Amino acid sequence: MKNKSLVSINDLSKEEILRVLDTAEDFEKNPRQPVLNGKVVATLFFEPSTRTRLSFESAINQLGGRVIGFSEAANTSVSKGESLKDTIMTVANYSDLIVMRHPIEGSARYASEVSKVPIINAGDGANQHPTQTLLDMFSIRKTQGTLDNLKIVMVGDLKYGRTVHSLLMAMSAFNASFVFIAPKELQMPQEYKLFLKEKGLKFEEYTELAENIKDADIVYMTRVQRERFSDPMEYEKVKNVYVLQNYMLDETKPNMKVLHPLPRVNEIHENVDGNPKAYYFTQALNGVYTRMAIMSLILGLK
Amino acid sequence: MKDKKHLSVSAIENGTVIDHIPAKNLFKVISILGLDKIPNQITFGTNLESGKLGRKAIVKIADKYFERDEINRIAIVAPHAKLNIIKDYEVAEKMLVEVPDNITGIVKCVNPKCVTNVEKVTPKFKVIDKKNVSLKCYYCEKITDQEQMEYK
Ligand SMILES: [Zn+2]
Repeated sequence: MKNKSLVSINDLSKEEILRVLDTAEDFEKNPRQPVLNGKVVATLFFEPSTRTRLSFESAINQLGGRVIGFSEAANTSVSKGESLKDTIMTVANYSDLIVMRHPIEGSARYASEVSKVPIINAGDGANQHPTQTLLDMFSIRKTQGTLDNLKIVMVGDLKYGRTVHSLLMAMSAFNASFVFIAPKELQMPQEYKLFLKEKGLKFEEYTELAENIKDADIVYMTRVQRERFSDPMEYEKVKNVYVLQNYMLDETKPNMKVLHPLPRVNEIHENVDGNPKAYYFTQALNGVYTRMAIMSLILGLK
Repeated sequence: MKDKKHLSVSAIENGTVIDHIPAKNLFKVISILGLDKIPNQITFGTNLESGKLGRKAIVKIADKYFERDEINRIAIVAPHAKLNIIKDYEVAEKMLVEVPDNITGIVKCVNPKCVTNVEKVTPKFKVIDKKNVSLKCYYCEKITDQEQMEYK
């Protein structure tokens, strides 16, 4: 991974994924390693994402690196109409690594072509968010002791949810089986189901939540995002369809964990938070270790 | 008796004849190959009867030969095109177009939120289905199918 950009989870081999997870595990045991000492990391958030930005910046700071950047495009050269290429080429002169989030799909791939320093994609529209996928996998391996042969239930917006699409692609290398629970309007797109069929991996589809999570190893909840809908009526219709309640976890497997990329709205009831099967806040913490690992590996410091 | 079909477009001494172009895509072929920008003598016929294609077009370009990579660029608009390489009024060689593995330029990404439709970026695609010509965007990773294709 040294000196390579991380744009899409599909760029990483199975071995590289495992290397990231092993390195993240090392940072979890010992998070204050000054490996980024003397390094400048730019965090360019062309659209705001406080959670992801703070996770990266915490990781950089804990490793002794310095951060430059912006948290939204307003009041920057971008708002004056500067092209993405010019912004990236300029910032590449000022930093050793660029972390970027941008609403335009494919922007990170393009940036990686024009930048002389590596790019980490922290989300390009509805397309890719590979550090999220890696932290999800880290959380799965940590809670299950393995990535192999797991049953993963995905719930909510499976049509537009990039996190579930990327996780599906990545976990398909580990013989996972899947259960998709979504309202009709938001079902898993055909191309992913075809992909699983070609790989010979099992999947089931349901519209009911409670009765279909009993044999899950992982229940991956997602938020139905208002901005994905052109028709506000359609959003209103589906936004409250799936709410995970504490009682629903009673008959689930003891090793089962509930994951969510956060922020949640109301798809996980607060009465779940105290349940030991609720893992989403620890999952967010795992994001810091995973990002430490990714940055260190790309900069060749690990 | 003279064959009327062969009179539709006059013969050339040296050059290339591109036959079996779907009539509706003739001007796309012209634009993809840049035929509107070269000084060569070019004749074409369109809306000619053809059993296979409905209506076909044919282009004859005098004193011009194409590289394989160059000619494969028309595969997405004219996958069944046949080329006759003409030397001294004779067909010296025949060529079929092949759908290439990658396509740069030519087609627009179907995704309006793709960087290629927002910034000055040339679209690049991996051809994921050669038979039905289905393209995966190198940037936004969305798939553009034949029926969705718009050309640059
Ligand atoms: Zn695209």
